[in-house]
Amino acid sequence: MKPSVAGWLFVGPALAVIAVFFFLPVLAAFAISLTDFDIYALADLSNLRFVGFQNYADLLQRPLFWQALRNTLYFVLVGAPLSVMVSLAAALLLNGQMVRFKGFFRTVLFAPVVTTVVAVAVIWRYLLHTRYGLINYGLDWSGLPIVDWLGDPRFSMPSIILFAVWKNFGYNMIILLAGLQAISVDLYEAARIDGANARQRFFHVTLPSLVPSLFLVGVLTMAAYFQLFAEPYVMTQGGPIQSTLSIIYLMYEEGFKWWSLGSASAVAFILFLFMIVAAIGQLVVMRRYGSGV
Amino acid sequence: MSSLTLRNIHKNFGNTAVLSGIDLDVADGEFAVIVGPSGCGKSTLLRTIAGLEDLDEGTVTIGESDVTNLPPSKRGIAMVFQSYALYPHMTVYENMSFGMKIAGSSAEEIDRAVRTAAETLGLTALLDRKPKELSGGERQRAAIGRATVRRPSIFLFDEPLSNLDASLRVKMRHEFVRLHETLETTMIYVTHDQVEAMTLADRIVVLRDGRIEQTGSPHELYTYPANRFVAGFIGSPAMNFLAGSVVETRLAQTIVRLASGTTIQVKVGSGELSPDSPVTLGIRPEHLTTGGDHNLVETEIKFVEPLGSHSYVYLETLDADEPLIFRASGDFRGAKGDKLAVGISANNCHLFGEDGKVL
Repeated sequence: MKPSVAGWLFVGPALAVIAVFFFLPVLAAFAISLTDFDIYALADLSNLRFVGFQNYADLLQRPLFWQALRNTLYFVLVGAPLSVMVSLAAALLLNGQMVRFKGFFRTVLFAPVVTTVVAVAVIWRYLLHTRYGLINYGLDWSGLPIVDWLGDPRFSMPSIILFAVWKNFGYNMIILLAGLQAISVDLYEAARIDGANARQRFFHVTLPSLVPSLFLVGVLTMAAYFQLFAEPYVMTQGGPIQSTLSIIYLMYEEGFKWWSLGSASAVAFILFLFMIVAAIGQLVVMRRYGSGV
Repeated sequence: MSSLTLRNIHKNFGNTAVLSGIDLDVADGEFAVIVGPSGCGKSTLLRTIAGLEDLDEGTVTIGESDVTNLPPSKRGIAMVFQSYALYPHMTVYENMSFGMKIAGSSAEEIDRAVRTAAETLGLTALLDRKPKELSGGERQRAAIGRATVRRPSIFLFDEPLSNLDASLRVKMRHEFVRLHETLETTMIYVTHDQVEAMTLADRIVVLRDGRIEQTGSPHELYTYPANRFVAGFIGSPAMNFLAGSVVETRLAQTIVRLASGTTIQVKVGSGELSPDSPVTLGIRPEHLTTGGDHNLVETEIKFVEPLGSHSYVYLETLDADEPLIFRASGDFRGAKGDKLAVGISANNCHLFGEDGKVL
C-alpha cells in the first residue's frame, strides 16, 4: 500500500465525522437559506422554491434583524471580555501563594458551569425580581433606588450579561489557572531581580506567557457568546421591547415559531460568517502579540 | 565589586531547618563555589543572598551595606538560574535590557550596555533571536549576558551548567573562568558537582544539612579535609575508608589495626586517643601502591576500569565494607579474581575519629 493511501485511511474516520457533522450541515443550511422552505414545504416538498438570495435581502431590510444583531454584538463585545477578565482575576486570586483552601474555592467558583442554564436562570429571575428579588432587597436596604432589572430595556441586557458571566467564568478560570501554573517561578524571580514590581511582573511575565491560553479562551468564549439564546429565552423572552432579542433567538422564532426555515437558515449563516470573521480577527491579533510563546 | 559577609544565617521551611547558622566571608573578586549533596541547602543559601528568600535570623552584608532587608533588585546582585529563566516572549536583546528599562535608563545607555555585554559573550549575532531559537549553550550565555548588563557587584550562579551535555559543560566551565578573569567580579556559584567546584573555585564551601562543613581552596580541601564527609565528597573517585582501631600512638604516628587484624602505620598523630579507640582510616585511590613490603592490605580484584592513561581497580577486602578503589597506571594487567596486596602510603593517610573529625 502506498504511504499516501495509508495516510488517508488513518485520517479517513476523523474526516468523515467532520464532513458529516460540520461541512454537511453548513452546506445544507446554506442550500436551505436559498429556498423559501416553510411549513408548506414540510408538508409537500413540491411547494419548495428556489429564491436565490431573497431571504438575505429580506433580512437585511428588517429592522428586527438589525436590532438582534446589535443586541448580540452588545452581548459579545461587553460580555465576552468581561467574562475573560473575571476568569483571569479569579484565576490570579486562586493562583496566589497566600491563598488557602484552593481546592475548595476552585470547586465553588467552577460550580455554576456545571449547573443547568435553565434552572439557574429561573433562580436568577427570582434574584432579579423587582419586588421580591434579593438584589433589589439589598439595594433598598442600603438606601439605593431599586431597579427593574429584567423589565427595563436599559438594564435587561446588562442583567443577562451579569448572569452569563457568573454562569461561565469558572470554565475559563480553570483553563487560565492551568496556564498560570505552567509559568516558571524562575521567571518571576528573574523579574524581581531585574527590579520589576508586581504590576510590571504581571504585564511583562504573566500576561505574555498567558497569550496562548487567552487566545483559546477568547475564541471559545466569543463563539459561545455569539450563540446567546437560553438566557433571554428563560428570563425575558427577548423583551422588553426586543432589548434582549439575540440572533439565535431570532433564528429560533423564524424557524420554529413562524416555520420559515429558509429565512432561519439565512440568519444562521450570517451568524456563522460573523463568527468566522471574528475568530480570524482574534488570530491575527494574537499572532502579532503572542509570537514566540 | 564587593565582598560578601553572611552572619548567623538561619532559615526554616516550616519545621525543617534548611540553614542553621551559616557564617561566611567571600572576599572582593573571589570565585566562591558552594558545593554539597542535593538537599543540603546550597540553593536556599544562594537565594537568601539574592534576597529571594526571607531570613529567619542573621544578616547579609554586601560591601559595606547591610542588605538583609533590601529587595533583590536593590542588592547589586545578578543571578543566573539553572533553568536560565529567560523571558520566552522577548528577544535576547530585550531580555538583556529588561532590567535597565525597568530602572528607567535611557535608550542609548541601554543599547551601549547590551552591546558591550553581548560582545564580551559573543552574543551579538543572537540579539534578535528569541530563547526558543537558541541552543542550550546559547541560552546559557544569553542568561549570563542578562546578568552582566546589570553590572552587579556580585554574580550568583545556581547550578548553571546542569542542563547542558557533558562536552558543553567542560567548554562553559572555561567560559566561566574567562568571564571571571575579564570582569574580576565576586562570583558565588552553587553546584552539586565537585569537579565543577574543584576546577572553578578560588574557594570551596562544602555544605551539608544546612551547615558549613569546611571552606578552603580546592587544594586545601583535597589535601586536608576537616572531616570524613568532606574527605568523601571532594575528589573523584572518592576516598577509600577502612574501619580500624588504635593500637598504639606515638608522636606524629599511629598504628591502626584493621578488621582483618592487619596493622597499618600511619604518619598522623592521634593525640589522646587511648588504645582500642575506633578510628577510620582514609586513603585516596592514587595513594595506594603496589610492590611495597609493609602497610599491605590483602585484596582481590573485582573489576578493572581502564581509562587509557590510567585504570581504576576495584578491590574487595575484609578490611572495608565498600570495595577499595586503586588508581593504577594505564598498563595495569590484573584481571578479575587476581589477588593483589596494596600498600597504604603512610604519609598520605587521613585518620578520622568516631565523630568523623580528622585527627
